[in-house]
Amino acid sequence: MSVLEIKNLHVTVETEQGVKEILKGVDLTIRSGEIHAIMGPNGSGKSTLAYSIAGHPKYTVTEGEILLDGEDVLAMSVDERARAGLFLAMQYPVEIPGVSVSNFLRTAKTAITGEAPALRTWIKDVRESMENLRMDASFSERNVNEGFSGGEKKRHEILQLELLKPRFAVLDETDSGLDVDALKVVSEGVNRAHKANDLGVLLITHYTRILNYIKPDFVHVFVAGKVAEEGGAELAERLEAEGYDRYVKAN
Amino acid sequence: MSQSPNQHGLAEHSHGAVIPLQIRIDRPKSTSVSDFPAISKTQDLWRYLDVEQLAGLDADVLAEYKEQVSFTSQEGLSVSWIPSTDSRVGAIGIPEDRVSAAAYTNASETLLVEINSSLAEPATISITGVDKAASALHLLVVTKPQVEATLVLDYRGIGVLGENVEISVGDQSRLNLVSVQTWDKGSVHVSAHYAKLGRNSFLKHTVATFGGDLVRITPISTLSSPGAEVEMNGVYFANSGQHIENRPFVDHAAPNCKSRVTYKGALSGDKAHTVWIGDVLIRVAAEGTDTYELNRNLLLTDGTRADSVPNLEIETGEIQGAGHASASGRFDDEQLFYLQARGVTEAEAKRLVVFGFLLELIQRTNVPEVIESLSKVLEEKLEVN
Ligand SMILES: Nc1ncnc2c1ncn2[C@@H]1O[C@H](COP(=O)(O)OP(=O)(O)OP(=O)(O)O)[C@@H](O)[C@H]1O
Ligand SMILES: [Mg+2]
Repeated sequence: MSVLEIKNLHVTVETEQGVKEILKGVDLTIRSGEIHAIMGPNGSGKSTLAYSIAGHPKYTVTEGEILLDGEDVLAMSVDERARAGLFLAMQYPVEIPGVSVSNFLRTAKTAITGEAPALRTWIKDVRESMENLRMDASFSERNVNEGFSGGEKKRHEILQLELLKPRFAVLDETDSGLDVDALKVVSEGVNRAHKANDLGVLLITHYTRILNYIKPDFVHVFVAGKVAEEGGAELAERLEAEGYDRYVKAN
Repeated sequence: MSQSPNQHGLAEHSHGAVIPLQIRIDRPKSTSVSDFPAISKTQDLWRYLDVEQLAGLDADVLAEYKEQVSFTSQEGLSVSWIPSTDSRVGAIGIPEDRVSAAAYTNASETLLVEINSSLAEPATISITGVDKAASALHLLVVTKPQVEATLVLDYRGIGVLGENVEISVGDQSRLNLVSVQTWDKGSVHVSAHYAKLGRNSFLKHTVATFGGDLVRITPISTLSSPGAEVEMNGVYFANSGQHIENRPFVDHAAPNCKSRVTYKGALSGDKAHTVWIGDVLIRVAAEGTDTYELNRNLLLTDGTRADSVPNLEIETGEIQGAGHASASGRFDDEQLFYLQARGVTEAEAKRLVVFGFLLELIQRTNVPEVIESLSKVLEEKLEVN
């Protein structure tokens, strides 16, 4: 049983107009096996939270802490965080020319586990995971995310989630831009990883649709850089019906 | 690769920065060394080099290089030495600079590579240097009409070589020519390529330079028959003390021709220096021209220098498209972040990004042996960092 704690997190970003505070005191605790959904209006800081957990250099933490089983995550480099068991499925996955998916996956797996995976079982695992996500085998020879459609990029993120087996995953709008079938396939992937590894999930989304497949234990309403309300799955239904008006006004 | 404008060392050129190229047409041509002035930095052609770096290649007298050249035979291919007085020699291209003229004058024999029918396998000409005697070599590659072939020129060993390579691509032929420079330290190689493309022919011309103190290649593609297409690719990696200079030139002289020029390089270590001068001339007759040239450089450490200058001269308004891009910069932070977020260390992530950045062009040669051997060379280069 692991626990990821975010305490009073304040984050700024450098803009052309100067330093801007985006996260204004985020408190959030996720335990192994729990699924937390985060919903909130555009620009409220959801991706900023995701990137800050992963350690993107663009974001500066000015106050607060992130602890993984009591260990100071903020003191870790980006790759150390990943090796400690944190995973970020990105809203906009990056293209890497000339680096094939198979090379990338093997390199990442080797980095995470500290040793090269046994070739035969690894190839089998990759093939199976790709089949489960309805990804054509030819993707392994293509360059990372290059020319992938929006939906294909998202599947590729979940493929990594399944293969790298982190303890906690932040999924930043993994459902955006997916068609109905892809949404189901990708959700099943998340659920498989959740079940197999007792994964703790932080699911950032704009739509309740995905919550029909991935059942959240908690829903957090994220407004203006912090959590404005918390509840169970029923909170998502209410947000769908009423929007964020009441929170934005209150703010 | 994508690079955000805030990265250190980035310089994007736009049409506004283009230097007019009227000099290109008027450039003097001669096979005689004495027709060219002694080389100096004040000349535009040699402004990035000290004459000492040429290691004597601008001299009146150079040694022959026949002994250092070897090749294998296969069906459809005929390779032989002919006297350079043969009328076929010099028919494709005449020197435009002093080193090229010196090489022209001093190579008494020319290696004639005739591709008479399509080749089943890539053909390789191996040039393996053994010492630093300033030498001259002349190659003449003639592709007959309607054939398809891959030819690899493989330069290695220790050498000081001035060279001319003439390339004739027959009507409707497809030639894939790859020039690989993995010279040992201390080597100097200055080579002029003159390619002439027949009607509806296609030339894929790749220059891959990884080894040698100074390697300067000036490939000229003349599109003087309608419907011809050239793809000129270059890939290079300069470490400390290396100077790699590429000056591709596409001469659009006939209607409806297409050219794509893509050069990518990486630089690492003190005084690693690369130069890319990409010239494209679209003459009055070249209506319907479609051209694009691009140069990207990755600066891996401080103390490196990448000069990158695209020149585009357009004499007709009736063109399909003409564009260029040039950028030299640091790593793309987003790419590094993506890899590191998957557990890969920063050093390893950098290696992977550079490797991919350059490998992409090597892969375009479609020659498995070249891809395999240059992948290894690239890995070794990256280890040094
Ligand atoms: N590098 C940056 N420069 C300037 N502003 C930034 C930068 N990064 C983030 N911001 C701003 O911070 C705010 C929060 O952005 P963030 O991407 O975290 O929002 P989000 O909640 O993920 O929105 P969405 O739902 O649209 O994905 C926005 O107003 C955004 O413009
Ligand atoms: Mg976002």
